[in-house]
Amino acid sequence: MDLSTTYMGLKLKNPIIHSASPLSQSIDNVKAMEDAGAAAVVVYSLFEEQITHESGELDHYLTNGTESYQEAVTYFPEQDKFYLAPHKYIDHIANLKKAVDIPVIGSLNGVSKGGWIKYAQSIEQAGADGIELNVYYVPTNSNMTSAEVENMYIDVLKEVKKNVKIPVAIKLSPFFTSTSNMAKKLDDAGADALVLFNRFYQPDFDLEKLEVVPNLMLSTNWEMRLPLRWTAILYGHVKASLAATSGIHTHQDIIKVIMAGSDVAMIASEFLLKGIGRTRELIEGIKRWMEENEYPSIQMMKGSMSQKSVAEPAAFERANYMKMLQSFKTQA
Amino acid sequence: MERRKITIDGNEAAAHVAYRVSEVIAIYPITPSSTMGELSDTWSAKLIKNIWGTVPSVTEMQSEGGAAGAVHGALQTGALTTTFTASQGLFLMIPNMYKIAGELTPAVFHVSARSIACAALSIFGDHSDVMATRQTGFGLIASNSVQEAMDTAAIAHRATLESRIPFVHFFDGFRTSAEVMKMEELTDDDIRAMIDNEKVKEFKDRALNPEHPVLRGTAQNPDVYFQGRETVNKYYDACPEIVQSAMDKFAKITGRQYHLFDYYGAPDATRIVVVMGSGAEAGMETVDYLTQKLGEKVGILKVRLYRPFSVKHLLAAFPKTTEKISVLDRTKEPGALGEPLYLDVVAAISEEMSSDKPPFAKMPKIVGGRYGLSSKEFTPAMMKAVFDNLKNAEPKNHFTVGINDDVTHTSLDYDKNFMIEGEDVHRCLFYGLGSDGTVGANKNSIKIIGEETENYAQGYFVYDSKKSGTTTISHLRFGKKPIHSTYLIQSAKFVGCHTFGLLEKSDVLSNIDNGGTFLLNSPYSNNETWDKLPARVQQQIIDKKLNFYVIDGYTVANKTGMGSRVNTIMQTCFFAISGILPKEEAIEQIKKSIKKTYGAKGEEIVKKNFEAVDQTLENLFKIEVPAKATSTIQIPPIVSAKAPDYVRNVLGKMMEARGDEVKVSEMPVDGTFPTGTTQWEKRNIALEVPEWDSEWCIQCGKCAMVCPHAAIRIKVYDKKLVDKKPATFKWMEAKGKEFPEGYAYTIQVAAEDCTGCELCVEVCPAKNKKDTKFKALNMIPQIPIRELERANFDFFLDIPELDRRLINTSVIKAQQLQQPLFEFSGACSGCGETPYLKLLSQLFGDRAVCANATGCSSIYGGNLPTTPWAQNKEGRGPAWSNSLFEDNAEFGMGMRLSIDKQNGFAKELLFKLSGEIGKDLVDALLNADQKDEAGIYDQRERVAQLKKKLQGINSVDAKKLLEVADILVKKSVWIIGGDGWAYDIGYGGLDHVLASGKNVNVLVLDTEVYSNTGGQMSKSTGMGAVAKFAAAGKPNAKKDLALMAMGYGNVYVAKVAMGSNDAQTLRAFLEAEAYDGPSIIIAYSHCIAHGINMSKGMECQKLAVDSGYWTMFRYNPENLKEGKNPLKLDSKAPKIKLEDYIYNETRYKMLTKSHPKEAAVLLNLAQEEVAKKWKFYEQMAEMHYTNGEEKKEEAAN
Repeated sequence: MDLSTTYMGLKLKNPIIHSASPLSQSIDNVKAMEDAGAAAVVVYSLFEEQITHESGELDHYLTNGTESYQEAVTYFPEQDKFYLAPHKYIDHIANLKKAVDIPVIGSLNGVSKGGWIKYAQSIEQAGADGIELNVYYVPTNSNMTSAEVENMYIDVLKEVKKNVKIPVAIKLSPFFTSTSNMAKKLDDAGADALVLFNRFYQPDFDLEKLEVVPNLMLSTNWEMRLPLRWTAILYGHVKASLAATSGIHTHQDIIKVIMAGSDVAMIASEFLLKGIGRTRELIEGIKRWMEENEYPSIQMMKGSMSQKSVAEPAAFERANYMKMLQSFKTQA
Repeated sequence: MERRKITIDGNEAAAHVAYRVSEVIAIYPITPSSTMGELSDTWSAKLIKNIWGTVPSVTEMQSEGGAAGAVHGALQTGALTTTFTASQGLFLMIPNMYKIAGELTPAVFHVSARSIACAALSIFGDHSDVMATRQTGFGLIASNSVQEAMDTAAIAHRATLESRIPFVHFFDGFRTSAEVMKMEELTDDDIRAMIDNEKVKEFKDRALNPEHPVLRGTAQNPDVYFQGRETVNKYYDACPEIVQSAMDKFAKITGRQYHLFDYYGAPDATRIVVVMGSGAEAGMETVDYLTQKLGEKVGILKVRLYRPFSVKHLLAAFPKTTEKISVLDRTKEPGALGEPLYLDVVAAISEEMSSDKPPFAKMPKIVGGRYGLSSKEFTPAMMKAVFDNLKNAEPKNHFTVGINDDVTHTSLDYDKNFMIEGEDVHRCLFYGLGSDGTVGANKNSIKIIGEETENYAQGYFVYDSKKSGTTTISHLRFGKKPIHSTYLIQSAKFVGCHTFGLLEKSDVLSNIDNGGTFLLNSPYSNNETWDKLPARVQQQIIDKKLNFYVIDGYTVANKTGMGSRVNTIMQTCFFAISGILPKEEAIEQIKKSIKKTYGAKGEEIVKKNFEAVDQTLENLFKIEVPAKATSTIQIPPIVSAKAPDYVRNVLGKMMEARGDEVKVSEMPVDGTFPTGTTQWEKRNIALEVPEWDSEWCIQCGKCAMVCPHAAIRIKVYDKKLVDKKPATFKWMEAKGKEFPEGYAYTIQVAAEDCTGCELCVEVCPAKNKKDTKFKALNMIPQIPIRELERANFDFFLDIPELDRRLINTSVIKAQQLQQPLFEFSGACSGCGETPYLKLLSQLFGDRAVCANATGCSSIYGGNLPTTPWAQNKEGRGPAWSNSLFEDNAEFGMGMRLSIDKQNGFAKELLFKLSGEIGKDLVDALLNADQKDEAGIYDQRERVAQLKKKLQGINSVDAKKLLEVADILVKKSVWIIGGDGWAYDIGYGGLDHVLASGKNVNVLVLDTEVYSNTGGQMSKSTGMGAVAKFAAAGKPNAKKDLALMAMGYGNVYVAKVAMGSNDAQTLRAFLEAEAYDGPSIIIAYSHCIAHGINMSKGMECQKLAVDSGYWTMFRYNPENLKEGKNPLKLDSKAPKIKLEDYIYNETRYKMLTKSHPKEAAVLLNLAQEEVAKKWKFYEQMAEMHYTNGEEKKEEAAN
């Protein structure tokens, strides 16, 4: 049975990639991922804010209150060097490359065309097999047009592509007016893969304190419907590889997204909940299912349920919506 | 190898050598010597080796006494050892100095000489400390400049090994220790060449060693002790020649020749001044001027080796033509015939003049005088006055110079306008705020000028006495010739004012030369700025024909992400205008120095600074100065006209930076000052202040409780008063059973005293329900409301305080109505300590006596000109004193003993006089219940009655009782200090006081670090925290002082954190005071030394508690009486991880970036410690304190 797949030019032994999560902060964890059979790992993200603010923040707090009083001209011992997030990240990539044989994909999370982009090059130099670009952006400015938002993605992608030779994936938001068109534009701009989609952590309210509070919720299974639909729609229409992510928890989910057209399934919440060893169970599950259903290879099922391959392409579109509403009414 | 020209301060210069010739360094921080220890620790952490190729071991001890003990032990066992100290620290070393010298042990102590605490503490420089060690047997050798601090250190280390006499190598605190100066660095080879390894071997051979054991340190008896003391004479006799030969050796290596006494001046001088220390540098300048310009026959004799004192070398140094000598001492010995150096010179010359070979044809006239105590300026004008005094037939003896002694008329007059600095020296003054980075930028500038040009350069930095909103003045000199001007700049060619607001607070242009250049950082555009200047400044610019440049540095800083740091921008302007370097080169050098300063902190901060430099010049404008001043803006008076005379006339001068003008008659003779004086110093340092929105206020009182500066206050009062209120004065109905019905409630901000820390806004729990970004308190700009709020605050102050008997002190909402008697301190904005002190002052201030250990709290509590300790309308308030750092617990206990004794005596007299006074009153006085405010009120009434009666009784006993009658009202003794005192230097005494059972209250303001001296580790520092002397994170856990105190069983112990549970804090204070025995409250105090956002200080406290790191509890031995467990845990089990607390604070977080591996290890250990401690306390709190029978019953059940 052939579980292998190709994702942005990388030959993978199966379609399971550990997506960016705190699990990859430890080398031992990544080794465990490899041992459990993971095909590749996207390392936790290096954030633009870390790059641009960390240094200023450190300087601010180390100098705050200094040179203000004759007895306490400084408050901290002098240090020759600080090991800041970007360096730590790049060293981590290099160490991971030494520790494991599976492809290691670096993740950069940011929005502007600023200096942080040059760290893509450093990630490449550290030996990463690819870069995943996570443009996590919530457009709140009412003067910003949708074209401007879209161009921001394209510009960041182009800038990164210009600086590195390794493949670059882009993780996108599901909230584009025309997702297909956006995917095409990114494809044209040179994206080696499209990762569908970014999960936007939605804040909550604390009614006691009347404050907006961050609320990190792990994905749930129903969330995979969104990437499932869009993978199915985009499959065959873009050159870039496709990766489905969000809400993939079971081997059936993986099979579904591959049938929709994904080259790989990216999973984090499931592993955070059930441990890295769950990778093994998922692979076994896929194998079992393929055996039972007589699929000799992943390649064979890839895109088999995509919009262009299914009997009812409208199922992915408005017609299906109407049908669902009708059926709901009938039940009532 | 070519020697580097470097620009460093005196501390670094001395430490550079000391470090390289030592194997062990034992230290304890004390200003101004701390830097030497800190540098040694830094170098050791960087694995920099000494001249024998090994990294010295650097250890911080618990006190200077401890450091000296460790030095003694290390020396005894054969390690070359040094230490660094000053002032009281040197005093604590004296016992060991006798030992070290008595045992003829080579060692050098490097001392940045500092004043000693007499009627007042002073951190500044003079020779009082060093002079107190004259009799220890240590050699005393002085350096006069930064270069000499390095050179003499090398000479001293060589000489001590050869002579076996240990040395104090000293230089003037601040003037030399902190002066940044271009100098030639000694290479390791130079230092190696100075050290005789044979002598090192001899030293090591004498060490204690069980392989060939000896005994040292015997007790001797009348038969031999005396003879033993005389054995050392020959070593002292030989020492001066050894030191001279070390100086000669040094000259061969470096070309710089020193002598035990160096004469400088006319070879045929008749008038000579003998001087030691940095004053000699100003002396040399003056001599040059007097000899070259005025043709006077004068000279100075610089004393380098003061002990052993060599008469032979002294006399050889005087010109034969000497007729009159003036000896200057930078110390004071009250009651002595004269100061030490004077007496030595008199004795030396007298002895020799009566010998067979008198050195002079006629006995010279010798006078002595004092100068420069506590870094008092010593200028050429003063030196000239000293020379001029010698012109008199009968020169004034035992004089002072530099002050106006209008009491005993010792002072010499001097001409303040006598200035001799030449045109060849560029002199620049920079006025800035501590927070804007001005000093740092100037330190960089002076390094650039010193190290990248041919110029000699000097920098000296002056700060005011506050820890928030500090004004800094940087004095920079540079020129082609070496600089000897060891005094502040009196006439500047360039003045930079980096903060516009300072134009109103300081006369920044008073010292600028005609035709000089003035650079102003203005928040206004180049077109607007002129009109915004105060009239005085406009006039000065016109009158002095200044070249006036303006930059809006804030806009550049904002645009480039620099926030309020205008340092780089102003530095670029300075270089651009002054033209010291070609523009391109200047910018390149500035960028190089930026890279050096910020490089370690990441590329982004470097980039931001680069951008700031690049954007500066296009925003710099030269202003066309109009012919006439047009401004109507007048500079407001510094002190209100309503202030008492002493405040206006004396303290006011200090507030206006004219303290040098205060006469001797205006100073108290015994260091006693009025309290309640900060109220007259309106500092207006906050850009934004809180505004009360009564619509949403829930009247919880938390804002007032956390305010570190007592700048937000609450009153509940008769509603009738509202009728007379100013238009914008706010009020609302007082709500709740805690307040009298139908009263009005006001929260008022003292806008001019507020520092803008935002703690009140952060802690305010009441949200504006219509717009949740607002609360019942919101920050608004200060300037637009300043005048209105001044009137409102005045009105508020006039509203009568609520009768203390009506206030329920157990509920914060009500308790906060008590008047704070600790207000408007100069502590850091958002200080974590002062809210506790303020609470203390509210609860017990009207009857409290406070013993305050030296540290932050003694500085913001007692640093002139003003004190925050205040008085109520009846004139009552905390009586406060600071003794020392190490003795504070004992000092406070002494107060208790004194009060108890006097109270006992008063009671004895009451018994005796019962008949005359009346039994009922006596009984009531003796049996008064003074547990609450009502009880105390009643007792005060009784004492008033008693006093009245006593007036009419004519007996000795009645008079005696009248003297002590006030003591019958309960007194509350508070012993206050930081963790450096309680955990380290004062622990022995604290332990004893706690064990004594006496009724004292100890308040430990625990910042977990030596905050006042700049963040050195204490035993309170948490595991994994970075501090000075713990650059790689403190490896062991915080000492559990509370547990140690609980060990006595009869001590009330509380651990509190106001930010986590203010009610628990309040309870602890009330219980501690109520407990009739020793009490200790250990109070978590967030601190600027933690590297936190100070407005979130209370949140940091909460996280510390939530993580289990800071367990709150109260251990009340009173509970034992009822068979209950005395320990009550006020914390819940840890609910967040330790890392979620500590990594909010730079002191911990930086370790993850500087030593990531160590940080990970220490985090785990610290987390384990938290779990262990929690379990321990939990079990302790669950223990049964019932008797054995009950336990059996329980078991049977």
